[in-house]
Amino acid sequence: MQAKVLPYLLLLPATVFLLVFFVYPFVEIAILAVTRDGGLSLQPLAIMASHWKFATALGWTLLLAAVVVPIQLAMALSMATIVTKLKTGRNTILYIFSIPLGLSDLAAGIVWLAIFEQSGFLNSMLFGLGVVEQPILFLGYQNIWVIFLAVVLAEIWRATAIMMVILVSGMGLVPKEYYEAGEVFGANGWQRFVKITLPMLRPSLQSALILRTLAAFEVFAVVTALGGTTLPVLMGETYNWQFALQDRNVASAYALVILAISIAATLFFLRVLRVPKGATI
Amino acid sequence: MSAAASTDVPAPVKSAHSAGRFLFWACVFLICAWVLVPIYLLMVNALSSPEQVSGFPKSGLPGFDFSSLQFFASFSGVGRALWNSVLVAVLTMVLSIGIGAPAGYALSRFEFPGKEVFRMLVVMTRAFPLPLLALPLAVMFIRTGLDDTALGLALVHTVLAIPFAVLITFSLFSAIPLEMEEAAWTLGCNRWQGFRKVVLPLVLPGIAASAVFAFTISWNEVFAAAVLTIENRTLPAFLIQNLNVSPLHLKFAGGAALVVPALVFIFAVRKYLFAMWGIANR
Repeated sequence: MQAKVLPYLLLLPATVFLLVFFVYPFVEIAILAVTRDGGLSLQPLAIMASHWKFATALGWTLLLAAVVVPIQLAMALSMATIVTKLKTGRNTILYIFSIPLGLSDLAAGIVWLAIFEQSGFLNSMLFGLGVVEQPILFLGYQNIWVIFLAVVLAEIWRATAIMMVILVSGMGLVPKEYYEAGEVFGANGWQRFVKITLPMLRPSLQSALILRTLAAFEVFAVVTALGGTTLPVLMGETYNWQFALQDRNVASAYALVILAISIAATLFFLRVLRVPKGATI
Repeated sequence: MSAAASTDVPAPVKSAHSAGRFLFWACVFLICAWVLVPIYLLMVNALSSPEQVSGFPKSGLPGFDFSSLQFFASFSGVGRALWNSVLVAVLTMVLSIGIGAPAGYALSRFEFPGKEVFRMLVVMTRAFPLPLLALPLAVMFIRTGLDDTALGLALVHTVLAIPFAVLITFSLFSAIPLEMEEAAWTLGCNRWQGFRKVVLPLVLPGIAASAVFAFTISWNEVFAAAVLTIENRTLPAFLIQNLNVSPLHLKFAGGAALVVPALVFIFAVRKYLFAMWGIANR
């Protein structure tokens, strides 16, 4: 009797907690986005859609994710391959590789600000090499593409580690015999990577890509630290409407958009990288 | 197997092999530099005087001047923000382990109807942009008096940390054979005693690691913290709020204050990172 009730008792706190603080708030977001003063209204969505910053914010957010995530995937795969091949110094190098995992996006933004600001290290280096006569204002509003580049670098720098860690633990699950068999049949290193590692990594690739893409849609503090409001992104606009413009309904409409593209991305990766039935390790 | 192969390969292949090794270590070195150099540069700025920070050109060496850090530490609101950050992070740690660990234990030890539903609920949290929770919760907190409190923010951070807490503790408990618990029961322990005397000592280091991980999640979170707190700001919320009005040396000292604890945390849990994410794959 006890064994029947006990698991439910143990799950009860977590379930209640997630219902109250996870499921309910997201329902509330959806409701807020389509109501105004208690009545059903499409006005919040209309205000958002017709505001000039909406399209640019959506565009920059999507472009950022489209640039950052593939580069991170390539880097994370290389780093994970390196780590699995290492014999000496594996732990030290693994620790160094995974340091950015613990850093916040705000910290990453400030770190790259030290490099890109006008009296920063990039300008100092260019000046030292004689490339420039005087420091360039990299992060000014007229250089929006430089801001974009700085955000891309900061995001790659900070958030590749999480993908690497997921892929390393995924690679650990691939049986050694598969590689030995591949070697016996004459596959070279690259062929083994493409024909054995990548297909076997599907579940890890899936979770790494979902996690990273969603986080890329939520980019906020890096952009604020490096570009202020020059480079509008969805999360920053959400914050703006909630705080500066004091309109929770429009803020929720923005949140709904982020939610929609997140779910779309999740479904996309679930479909593209689905693991065929009966093909698990 | 590669060691065995390298003993009987002819010389030209060997030199190609060593060229490959050189390239391999060059890559390792480059990636390490890519990770470490930006942190070093931030530290250089944090350890220089305000004049050196806004000076140009920079030498790339720290001035070993603590006036920036002193300025940061004595800046109004910083001490309180630091204290709030620690408070919220500790609350998050306690809540997420306290709520998550029992669930992890239940998932690893019992088969019961509804198990998959709960797993889905946990996995689903990862398909949602969780910091956005702060928007509707802001209203709920005003109604319940939780607005602008450490506990209110910790509740949101706990939503971020709970999926990890559940999955990590699930893998920790799964690694301990049920037979060990059963042996304790046959020796006269009841379920709770068996858990406390046999299982708990074995999983404690792992639990501590996942607690540190929860602490780090909360320590780093910016958006929800900025939305939900006004007077009781955490350090990231305080910094982002003051970014456009603060001088450079304040930003860099603040950045260093965020980074250094994070470095320590990651070092503390480095052994468990892969166990954590290994399970997150399934």
